[in-house]
Amino acid sequence: MTRPPGTPTSSVTATTTDAAVLHLTLRDLACSRGERLLFKHLNLQLWRGEAVWLRGPNGQGKTSLLRLVAGLSRPVAGQVDVHAARVYIGHQPAIKDDLSVLEALGFLARLHDLPAHDTALVQALDAWGLKAKRHALVRTLSQGQRRRVALARLALSPAAALWVLDEPFDALDAAGVDALLALVQTHRQSGGSLLFTSHQAVDLPACRTLDLPSGASTPSEAAT
Amino acid sequence: MGFLVRRDLRLAMRRRSEVLLPLVFFTVATSLFPLGVGPEPQTLRTIAPGVVWVCALLASLLSLGGLYGSDFADGSLEQMALSRHPLASLALSKAFVHWLLNGLPLVLVAPLIGLLFDIDRDALQMLTLTLLLGTPVLSLLGGLGAALTLGLRSAEMLLVLLILPLLIPVLIFGAGAVVAVASGLSASGHLSLLGALLLLSLLGAPFATAAALKIALD
Amino acid sequence: MSRIRWTTFAAPSRFEALAAAVTPWLWAVCLLASAVGLYLGFIEAPKDFQQGQSYRIIFIHVPAAWMSMVLYLAMATWAAIGWAWRVRLASMLARAIAPTGAMFTFVALWTGAFWGKPTWGAWWVWDARLTSELILLFLYLGYMALVEAIDDPQRGDQAGALLAVVGAINVPIIYFSVRWWNTLHQGASVGVASAPKMASIMLTAMLVMTLAFWAYAFAVVFTRTRAIAAERERGARWLAELAQDTKEA
Repeated sequence: MTRPPGTPTSSVTATTTDAAVLHLTLRDLACSRGERLLFKHLNLQLWRGEAVWLRGPNGQGKTSLLRLVAGLSRPVAGQVDVHAARVYIGHQPAIKDDLSVLEALGFLARLHDLPAHDTALVQALDAWGLKAKRHALVRTLSQGQRRRVALARLALSPAAALWVLDEPFDALDAAGVDALLALVQTHRQSGGSLLFTSHQAVDLPACRTLDLPSGASTPSEAAT
Repeated sequence: MGFLVRRDLRLAMRRRSEVLLPLVFFTVATSLFPLGVGPEPQTLRTIAPGVVWVCALLASLLSLGGLYGSDFADGSLEQMALSRHPLASLALSKAFVHWLLNGLPLVLVAPLIGLLFDIDRDALQMLTLTLLLGTPVLSLLGGLGAALTLGLRSAEMLLVLLILPLLIPVLIFGAGAVVAVASGLSASGHLSLLGALLLLSLLGAPFATAAALKIALD
Repeated sequence: MSRIRWTTFAAPSRFEALAAAVTPWLWAVCLLASAVGLYLGFIEAPKDFQQGQSYRIIFIHVPAAWMSMVLYLAMATWAAIGWAWRVRLASMLARAIAPTGAMFTFVALWTGAFWGKPTWGAWWVWDARLTSELILLFLYLGYMALVEAIDDPQRGDQAGALLAVVGAINVPIIYFSVRWWNTLHQGASVGVASAPKMASIMLTAMLVMTLAFWAYAFAVVFTRTRAIAAERERGARWLAELAQDTKEA
């Protein structure tokens, strides 16, 4: 049975065969800080819809690895290949104390060519329960609220992107954690992927792990 | 990067006292010279171009610490580096903001300082013109220094040591032009050289600053 | 005899071997050339009818000034190579050159003062060349201060390289502007630069002293580079092997 022209198809079937399935490849990656070698011979393949939890003791290079994937630094050996749009949110929220919440989010949106008109911004803030505080100065917010503002950018980001998040659950209360988990779920279902660190265990379904410094990772179900 | 300029100006307006600090320094420092050297009008007229220029240099340099420092500390600089906007245009925008908040006020206040030193009208005009051409160079090279010393201990002192030698040509041509006019000579040579320095800085400094920022973020 | 592959010495371990072998010879050349040069300059060369004996300081002043400028260019070049092609040894060489270059600049300034005092009656004159040397000293000090202030060696190397290259580009501009400033303000009269007319023996003495300074610079820079390399490669295996060799020897 043929479909009448102009009928929208569901997003999943439309993109499965077209879009790049592999989002990230790490090949024989090594990282150093100062004169100390943090890890070497790191290999990973991250596919669309997957989430990888980067684990390891403090100072073993988790943040350094995320920054390598984000493209902020060059590796001392090996290769980072990214095949999807990248969204990096570091441990610092990147919002200025003297701006209002709306202005701070608006700047980040404009910086990354995301929808920056007021309606979109307010909608994103609303998803994080910050609509009432949109005119408050960032200086007056708590740590958890600042993290929410930083994460609000995710709601504006394009679909099917690779999210690289450094300690996103840090300082979030239970409601915030749930909101982020829900957002990640939707993101993965529409073809996005996630690479993140977290001190606390999180309830993410079908989440792979990558341990530093050993480089051991749980295998992907997508790779055959 | 117009939205960056707007953001930085907005931030500066919310911390107005910090913005006025270099201007206050400039005014106070220039006023100290008559007190130190003596009020003899001819002496003051002779030293005025040099004094105004040196104090403008120092006032500009002292205000560079926060140019990238705050963005570096709270992660904003990382986000800017990851955007599609090239770091060189970021550097240019930052230098422009610095000039608007520091250089331009100096240019506007300089005639008043000139009155304190009783320089004649032609020399005063030349002083304003040279500052107009020279202060952007201060902002551009100062931005390079700020990027090189990002996040380091005693960055302000280090920045002054690094950038002052590079600014000596601007000082020489800028002050020299005023001295020339005051002695009845033409300052066209000085002005063209000053213009050349401005052009060179506009073309080169943003790229050097971008390289320095990449090094700091690596 | 097999051709020496110079690129092999770009690896720190090979450089260590080369430097260790060559350094004693460099010191020998330095001492010999200094002896000859000083003898020629201070004993053999005739008294200048205008400036008397005091001019003899130029046999140290001029070679030191030449060295200070050449070493800055060398430092900037090695730093740039280390940055562009990530050659660790090049960056270490640049760091090692800086203190020696600064020292020569300082010597040039001091000897310039000693020359100026009997000739012009003042310990310091703001002539174009001395003022440029002073600014060059600031450039050296700035480089050294920057690389010292940065803890991460890689970032220090790269930032230093950028600063050195920017400085090298600016040196001609600075020199030109200082000469402009000098001639405009003081006219053509004042200048430590007016060296006495060169008898050939004076030129020879200066060249011999330059050779001595070159040998000194190489020796000191090589030694310093080895020390920097040893400090950096502390964890590297090749250095441990080297230590093992010397222990067994």
